[in-house]
Amino acid sequence: MMQTKTLFDKVWEKHIVDQIDDKLNMLYIDRHFIHEVTSPQAFSGIEKRGISVFRPKQTIATADHNVPTENQHLEIKEELSRIQVDKLKENCAKHSIDLYGLGNPYNGIVHVIGPELGITQPGMTIVCGDSHTSTHGAFGSIAFGIGTSEVEMVFASQCLMQAKPKRMLIQIDGEQKVGVTAKDIILYVLSRLTSAGAIGYFIEFAGSAIENLSMEGRMTLCNMSIELGARGGMIAPDQTTFDYIKNRQFAPNGDFEQKILEWKQLKTDEGAEFDSSHFFDSTDIEPMITYGTNPGMGIKLTGKIPNKNEKDKYFTKALNYMNLERNKSILGHPIDYIFIGSCTNGRIEDLRDAAKIIKGRKKNPNVKGYIVPGSKQVEEQAIKEGIDLIFKDAGFELRQSGCSACLAMNEDKIPSGAYCVSTSNRNFEGRQGPGARTLLASPLTAAASAINGYITDPREFLI
Amino acid sequence: MSFEKLTQIISTVIPLPIDNVDTDQIIPARFLKSINREGFGDNLFRDWRYDTSNEPIMGFVLNDSQINGKILVAGRNFGCGSSREHAAWAIYDYGIRVVLSTSFADIFKNNALNIGLLPIEVPENFIEKIFDLFAVKKKLNLKVNLQEQQVEIINTDEKVGFDISSYKKNCLLNGIDDIDYLVLKTDRIEEFEQGIK
Repeated sequence: MMQTKTLFDKVWEKHIVDQIDDKLNMLYIDRHFIHEVTSPQAFSGIEKRGISVFRPKQTIATADHNVPTENQHLEIKEELSRIQVDKLKENCAKHSIDLYGLGNPYNGIVHVIGPELGITQPGMTIVCGDSHTSTHGAFGSIAFGIGTSEVEMVFASQCLMQAKPKRMLIQIDGEQKVGVTAKDIILYVLSRLTSAGAIGYFIEFAGSAIENLSMEGRMTLCNMSIELGARGGMIAPDQTTFDYIKNRQFAPNGDFEQKILEWKQLKTDEGAEFDSSHFFDSTDIEPMITYGTNPGMGIKLTGKIPNKNEKDKYFTKALNYMNLERNKSILGHPIDYIFIGSCTNGRIEDLRDAAKIIKGRKKNPNVKGYIVPGSKQVEEQAIKEGIDLIFKDAGFELRQSGCSACLAMNEDKIPSGAYCVSTSNRNFEGRQGPGARTLLASPLTAAASAINGYITDPREFLI
Repeated sequence: MSFEKLTQIISTVIPLPIDNVDTDQIIPARFLKSINREGFGDNLFRDWRYDTSNEPIMGFVLNDSQINGKILVAGRNFGCGSSREHAAWAIYDYGIRVVLSTSFADIFKNNALNIGLLPIEVPENFIEKIFDLFAVKKKLNLKVNLQEQQVEIINTDEKVGFDISSYKKNCLLNGIDDIDYLVLKTDRIEEFEQGIK
């Protein structure tokens, strides 16, 4: 009998160059994305060793983490950011790496541009010095974040030393309720499994609820698999995947139909075993929001903050930081900011969702907002569809693309003590600026909350 | 690039009994704007260590002049979040050589091992014992022996073993990194590339 394998096993095994010891594989990397923050030390590392980039055409660069989201045609004001962005330009030129830097029509957040350019494809191994590399798993690739020493390893050899993770299945079946997005699905899974629930695992998401998601939704889901502690998450490619890739800039040349036949093999065999499996019913999932300081601390929008014991030090610390109370509803809590954007929710579908709520309404005067497209292409598409004008009429502004207030490395920061309903991926203390209080939610919820000036169930505007 | 060899560490401990310490706490994103690897230790746990006027926050463990050491003992799921190796650099730059926890985020663990910082996973009761003993007597000495893969509480003679890949162990013991190894393998890599074409 033929051995049954999971999707993950199939892709992993195809990339093993060598077995190093009982734990470590030498793994071949098909695509390597880099950005300005985690690459400079890796470039100087190989230069010190006197070696060059082994396969420069398999590395793709962009500037995203540090970049301002207005006046991108001007020189970057902040000196340290400018030095990093300039250094990236210099390093890419020196090592013959293609750079989609500021001013390039393909510039944008690394995990948005890879897929939209068709660079990300099923069955590949993809790495980047950024934890949200897991996003690319939506295409049935093994994609994961790495540190700078590992960036240097990929430069030097196009390989990494990796222990094979365990395999986890997260299967979600059933129809998605109105007002529920992929963001709500992953926040729900996080609330059930916790932010450490998948340490040591690589996740495969499956089930009818996943199959019904668009590529954008699947990317949101896989993007936040890292927040479960997993190395990454992946979804078997299907017609939705193939249709998305077809005709994109770097989609496979030649016989695309032949390629699809190959990609169709990339699925978990009937009866293949996982090390751990979780099953959820989509009809249990409602719009979600986080109340605490890690993405696992989420509740239904209509729910109450848990009433945990005072002795739970971590929980108490989180609530103190957020200045929220146990056993209270979160709906109606006043907010100061919204952030719509990031590699989690900065794609065109996310802006369309926000526009759906915002159209014909005005934002609450007490709320400030950052609406930031994930890439120049997303920005252009939004303008083409008139979404920028919908935002403008409501009192918002569509900014230029970048990571922005997700991690507040540029000027886009949430002030200390302010509450921000954010479509990004992390609500850690200080993530959006020192003292900032982040509530993670979908673009629908962020937009609805901006209109009312307090945390709002988006279904109020959808029905 | 080689790093300092790590064979045995005998040191007092710095306790950090907090779960889910994320890399944004270890080194906030606004301090990542460097193109060098050094100097991150000054901003280790920046926002827990200093207030907004840059005054030390009393009560945070790194501001207690009585507490120091090369071994950080932390709550579960240490190093979660961002892949920034800067977190491992900051801990190393501060002078810490070993981090003990019940579990580490995968990327942090790899980053640490790649720079000569040893992440050790031990059972929860062992961590609890260290925190309890520390609460009673502030000076607690641990011995970490990498060759024997063992951690010992010197004050009580309690020992526990730990797991590490034999390859990584060898790298740490000899202060060599993966790239030294990988660049010797380029023939094998090219052969692999031919095979997939």
